[in-house]
Amino acid sequence: MFIAAMIGILVTMALALCRALLGPTVYDRILSVNMFGTKTVLFIAVLEFLTGRPDFLDLALIYVLINFIGTLAVLKFVRYNDLGAEPEE
Amino acid sequence: MTEIADIVLLILMIVLAVAISRMHNLFMAAMMMGIFSFLSAIIFTLLDAVDVAFTEAAVGAGVSTVLLLGTLSLTTREEKVAPKNNALALLVVLITGSALIYGTLDMPMFGDPNAPVHQHVADRYIEKSGEEMGIPNIVTSVLASYRGYDTLGEVTVIFTAGVGVILLLGYIWRKEDEQ
Repeated sequence: MFIAAMIGILVTMALALCRALLGPTVYDRILSVNMFGTKTVLFIAVLEFLTGRPDFLDLALIYVLINFIGTLAVLKFVRYNDLGAEPEE
Repeated sequence: MTEIADIVLLILMIVLAVAISRMHNLFMAAMMMGIFSFLSAIIFTLLDAVDVAFTEAAVGAGVSTVLLLGTLSLTTREEKVAPKNNALALLVVLITGSALIYGTLDMPMFGDPNAPVHQHVADRYIEKSGEEMGIPNIVTSVLASYRGYDTLGEVTVIFTAGVGVILLLGYIWRKEDEQ
């Protein structure tokens, strides 16, 4: 069961990577990077249940937070070309 | 099963590394580096090095993406076109790479119980650290107690670097205020 999930996540990762490399627009790539982070979290969670040690789930949670911060920075850079910019009114 | 996952992940990493090295848009390259860090974090988790994976994800995928983007916003998004004749660079890279591969030949296999790192003090840490330190996590008791002075030195170095950066930035801001 977990093995099937793991294979599915690996295939999704490969597809997300294809979209990140081929993606015609910037937003395709941003979305695929963000999705790749989510797949990483899922993969780690599945791996931990597969090996019978779900102690490191908090690690996966931290990955979600890091991924969110990274995506925010990328979007801010694309929108304003400056990480310290004030938001528009 | 984890072997198959290892192989798939390493293939993805190779594809990504080649693609990054051929990219001319630095913004795309910075984002692809984030994916690369996530892949290496998964590999570290597969190798049971959870703390290393943690650091790799926090620093590699999180902070360095932000830092690279900050650098790009201060400089430029496009790579300068390199001169075509790179035979010397290729030679240097090949020599360095083969030296590194030659260096790994002497290393013990992964998980080898006779490796020097498992012969020294690891047994004592595993058997005694619980009762000596009262901390259930062995890594924590090694870092915070057995190698406390070492950790103190590392923290001092990082603190000094942070103070240096803040002083440099403060100097630039002060000059702007005066003008």
